[in-house]
Amino acid sequence: MAPQASGRQGLSWQAAGPDLFVGLFVLALGLLCLWQAYAIPVTPLYAQVGPKFMPTLVGGLVVVVGAGLTLKALRGGWSHELEEMQDAPATNWRALGLLGAGLVVNLVLIDTLGFVFAATAQFVLVAAAFGSRRPLRDLGIGLAVTLGAYLAFDKLLGVNIGAGILEGIL
Amino acid sequence: MDAFSGLALGFSHALTITNLGWALLGCFLGTAIGVLPGIGPALTIALLLPITFQVSATGAFILFCGVFYGAMYGGSTTSILLNTPGESGSIITALEGAKMAKNGRAGPALVTAAVGSFIAGTIGTLGISFLGPIVVELALKLGPAEYFSLMVLCFVTVSAVLGGSALRGLTSLGLGLVIGLIGIDLQTGQPRLTFGIPELLDGVDVVLVAVALFAVGETLHLAWRHVEGRQELREVGKLMMSKEDWKRSFWPWMRGAALGFPFGVMPAGGTEMPTMLSYYAERKLVKKEHLHEFGTTGAIEGVAGPEAANNAAAAGILVPMLTLGLPTSATAAIMLSAFQSYGIQPGPMLFTTQADLVWTLIASLYVANIMLVVLNLPLVGLWARILKIPTPQLYAGILVFATIGTYGISNSVVDLMLLYGIGIIAMFMRRFDFPTAPVVIGMILGPMAEQAMRQALTISQGDWTTFVTRPVSLCILLLALLGLVGPRLWALASRRRVST
Repeated sequence: MAPQASGRQGLSWQAAGPDLFVGLFVLALGLLCLWQAYAIPVTPLYAQVGPKFMPTLVGGLVVVVGAGLTLKALRGGWSHELEEMQDAPATNWRALGLLGAGLVVNLVLIDTLGFVFAATAQFVLVAAAFGSRRPLRDLGIGLAVTLGAYLAFDKLLGVNIGAGILEGIL
Repeated sequence: MDAFSGLALGFSHALTITNLGWALLGCFLGTAIGVLPGIGPALTIALLLPITFQVSATGAFILFCGVFYGAMYGGSTTSILLNTPGESGSIITALEGAKMAKNGRAGPALVTAAVGSFIAGTIGTLGISFLGPIVVELALKLGPAEYFSLMVLCFVTVSAVLGGSALRGLTSLGLGLVIGLIGIDLQTGQPRLTFGIPELLDGVDVVLVAVALFAVGETLHLAWRHVEGRQELREVGKLMMSKEDWKRSFWPWMRGAALGFPFGVMPAGGTEMPTMLSYYAERKLVKKEHLHEFGTTGAIEGVAGPEAANNAAAAGILVPMLTLGLPTSATAAIMLSAFQSYGIQPGPMLFTTQADLVWTLIASLYVANIMLVVLNLPLVGLWARILKIPTPQLYAGILVFATIGTYGISNSVVDLMLLYGIGIIAMFMRRFDFPTAPVVIGMILGPMAEQAMRQALTISQGDWTTFVTRPVSLCILLLALLGLVGPRLWALASRRRVST
């Protein structure tokens, strides 16, 4: 696919736009780290190197690479040259949305309903995100998987992975 | 303790029923998980870390090593039958292996991969047994200043030398270092980068980060570009190699092992480089009449060599991990944190203070290798069946285990939010081609580097020149500098030569 001669400038901007966001994000992360390093109160405790030094160094590193990435994005970016991006299919909003819903549902339910129900709900939504058309069967599989995992981790290994209604009965 | 008495001690412990059982379980789990596309040994060991609460250190590490070696075997099966490499080391195997499978030669490809892994794994383990004590001797002479310089070298090699771009590698490393800083400073008790959130005072757990990067990020990235449809799974066919196959595989195995092990030992981390080099070497060295098979029908040399290099390099990675306490791959970094959760600090002292544990672990590597070659060829049908788990249920299941691994740490919803947050960052990292391993390594090694630096400066009474006036430290730092700017100068010089 050859870019049209007139659209050359526009194309490079369109391709490098996302890269610019990445560069700025990294830059912001570095500045955040530097700000937090600055905010660490200095103790009167004697130390050759205080607690501030390393965060400042790391923050500096991130700022430098962030600036480098931003510069690279302004010069045309890098990600559109990636082999994987050449014939990548379009963003699958349905899959991403369902998957995101699965994560949020888990987050909201796990404290109240407990691990088994929360994780089962997540299982059904994630399976649907990847194209499963049989939610009832997924519900069954999800219940079996999460119950088995709960019993193995909680009873066998003694790892508490979230108590809830069902877990209270077991 | 020299290698022979060490191994004698190790085998006397490793050959007990319990420890054989742990090794078998590890091999089985490792292979099963290595076979599943998209999850590798680092994630598996991270999810298994809770057993450190219940099981003795020896048992746990035998299990982890079984998983480590097993995942490598499993990874080659996926590469050959499905053409989707599960981890970076088997990308090259997929090149020729998948083509062989397409032409009905999946059987010989699987056998040469398994036998090659066995031979290279054994050579690599021999390397650990005999090289380990020597490295320990040398390492005992190093002070904190040298350690700090070694870690700097490690940072440079894992982030800037390997991979597509030094800038992106260093960005990943920086992210890992930032995450490693979160929490209370051990020397002064000051909270750092916690933003006033009490849950962050203890720092961010490595399991959480590993799960976020390797499970959540991976799943999100797959969903982003998901297209309905099923992947094509090749038939296994007959698991036999002809006499000619054996003859054509033998030297690639040897060369692959010889190439892979040193790469693993050097803090150059990763298995990508040796597997790639082995592939190019085999393509150069192959007999004329077989050259046409490369890239067309699939050449057995192109599976045998890289697969051996992969396993030997993986074994080599254990040398700096056990002797110096320096992890050079994501899996080694997670194993290191497992040591830490037992209150054991890997390093040169490990071979004296924990001789039992170390030698039992090394002996178990031999055991695991034999188990894997005996188990895997007959069971390849079972492994191929694992590959038939449909994608929706597979990824739904992976996310369930991601929740367990994270929520199990401290039952905190804040941890889950952090998991998803880092997972989203990991998704973008995949999209924009940032490597993930440097994040884990930076996170584990960063605090260690800071500690070594502070110790070195306390010894030198605050004199910064200690890092460059001590000859060994200076040499290591110069190597690091060379690794950072060398390739760039080289590119600049060759460009100038072309233009003039």
